Amino acid sequence: MEFNLSLSAVATDHRAVPMDKNKVYDVIIAGGGPAAMTAAVYCMRKGVAAGFVTVDIGGQVGETSGIENYLGFNYIEGSQLVEKFAGQMKQFEIGLSEGYAVTEIKDGREKEVVLENGDRYRAKSIILATGNRWRKLNVPGETELTGRGVAYCAICDAPLFAGKKVAVVGGGNTGIESAIDLAKIAEKVTVIQILDRLTADKVLIDAMQQFNNMEVLLLHEVKEIQGDKTVHAVVVKDTVSGGEKSLDVQGIFISIGLMPNTDMVKGVVELNGFGEIVVDCSCKTSAPGIFAAGDVTSVPYKQIIIAAGEGAKAALSACDYILKE
Amino acid sequence: MSLFDDKVKKQLQEALKPMVNNVNLALFTQTLECNTCRDTHLFLGEISELSDKLTLTVWNFQTDKDKAEQYGVDKIPAIVVLDSENRDHGIKFYGLPGGYEINSFIRIILEMSGLKEQLPDDLMKRIQGIKKDIHIQVFISLTCPYCPDAVSTAHRLALESEHIKADMVESSTFVPLAIKFNVSSVPKTVINGTQEFVGTNPLGKVLDFIEKV
Ligand SMILES: Cc1cc2nc3c(=O)[nH]c(=O)nc-3n(C[C@H](O)[C@H](O)[C@H](O)COP(=O)(O)OP(=O)(O)OC[C@H]3O[C@@H](n4cnc5c(N)ncnc54)[C@H](O)[C@@H]3O)c2cc1C
Repeated sequence: MEFNLSLSAVATDHRAVPMDKNKVYDVIIAGGGPAAMTAAVYCMRKGVAAGFVTVDIGGQVGETSGIENYLGFNYIEGSQLVEKFAGQMKQFEIGLSEGYAVTEIKDGREKEVVLENGDRYRAKSIILATGNRWRKLNVPGETELTGRGVAYCAICDAPLFAGKKVAVVGGGNTGIESAIDLAKIAEKVTVIQILDRLTADKVLIDAMQQFNNMEVLLLHEVKEIQGDKTVHAVVVKDTVSGGEKSLDVQGIFISIGLMPNTDMVKGVVELNGFGEIVVDCSCKTSAPGIFAAGDVTSVPYKQIIIAAGEGAKAALSACDYILKE
Repeated sequence: MSLFDDKVKKQLQEALKPMVNNVNLALFTQTLECNTCRDTHLFLGEISELSDKLTLTVWNFQTDKDKAEQYGVDKIPAIVVLDSENRDHGIKFYGLPGGYEINSFIRIILEMSGLKEQLPDDLMKRIQGIKKDIHIQVFISLTCPYCPDAVSTAHRLALESEHIKADMVESSTFVPLAIKFNVSSVPKTVINGTQEFVGTNPLGKVLDFIEKV
């Protein structure tokens, strides 16, 4: 039996404080992944008044099992790296709001961040580091049945589908990894891929061959997810013949990539065709005083070490901006 | 054969070192018709060897019915985490907290021992404002990296309020219960059987749900 211990210690020396509505912060950082936390440490060490508003602490790193390419660690669990990042950030007296999404950013000389619960905080500059979320299929049934058979995290939820029939949407690395995790315990796994081939790495495709409970539907797309309390079926369409059929499944794992969390800055800063925030090499966006870092930006290669580096850069650019203003 | 290899043993020993006061782990088990009871017993036996501040009490679910009733244990294997005076704070693990869940297990042991992160005053006030009996069940799987966060938050609430009880429920060990609450993604938190959410939420947001009960 495995034990994935990552708890280093219960931190009793945290100095983070609740966000203050009456204060004008030098910089407010939106997001809680490696980009945001690195930016926070840089801002605090520079001595500027910083606030940190996020939905969760950890971001995608908290959902990752093992990481082998963050320098300094040959291997580290995602949750363990998050603890290290968060511990380092919380040793400072930073303003912190956790749990509520930023829904609106108001630009101006003084900027305002509006949260989903109505809270508003003011700042001279803003760093956007809201990262990515799983891309949705946008088909009927998906939202209603999320958490009731529609799932995005195969390592988490695979055990709940033991002996059941499931579908996996997406033939990339994440999709095929999910399919393999599921094939170990599910009765049957159907992979649905819109392209005419799987795009996952060869090692993964080879690993699929050892399972005889896996089926791959190429050139198929999902039209609808059906169910009431839980998922019962998925309707797929053959993109060549146009024919539709219903797959009898109790679960559907969606692994069709990620999309940037930029809803709150539409119309405020320039976005590219993928919806990512366009930044220059010093993390400046099209709006003066608004900076962005990490997966939410147009910077290529979505990696922890890159997000962290970009976060540092955005912080230094913001500090520079505050000084000059 | 032992459950922990030397490396895990060392890690656990290290993690338990900062314990302040004693903590007593009460296991409810039986010998027949409980697949995971034996491993859970082994697990607790081994872990309680790793710190002299940890003790283990074993109750038989069938013959020690009065104890089960006292702690509100209704299924097994169950672990009740008690403080140094053997007081119950409504903190339970139903199923073996292996895999990633070892983290929530160690965390509550440390917190129960007195080592805890200070909660902000506004949250403490809200917790003290809860006068209804609240029962939180957090359904998890052992392969879910962020499930321990959801469990720890629920357990912390139970630790701070005499009106709140919080259970970790390992979904594959208690399949009918997981089916009853339509658990198909974890962590899934169910409060008094009526309020529920999937995923992790910080303590303040869990309080939002509790206040709606
Ligand atoms: C399964 C998986 C495995 C991976 N493995 C690796 C790996 O091995 N190595 C590697 O280098 N990279 C890996 N990555 C990629 C890496 O995790 C990301 O590149 C990195 O986390 C990006 O960091 P970020 O800070 O930009 O954003 P994220 O990590 O996406 O964090 C975004 C943060 O913003 C918050 N947020 C979102 N919307 C809002 C809002 N509206 N208001 C406020 N806050 C908001 C979120 O709660 C979150 O805290 C992996 C990713 C996944 C999904």
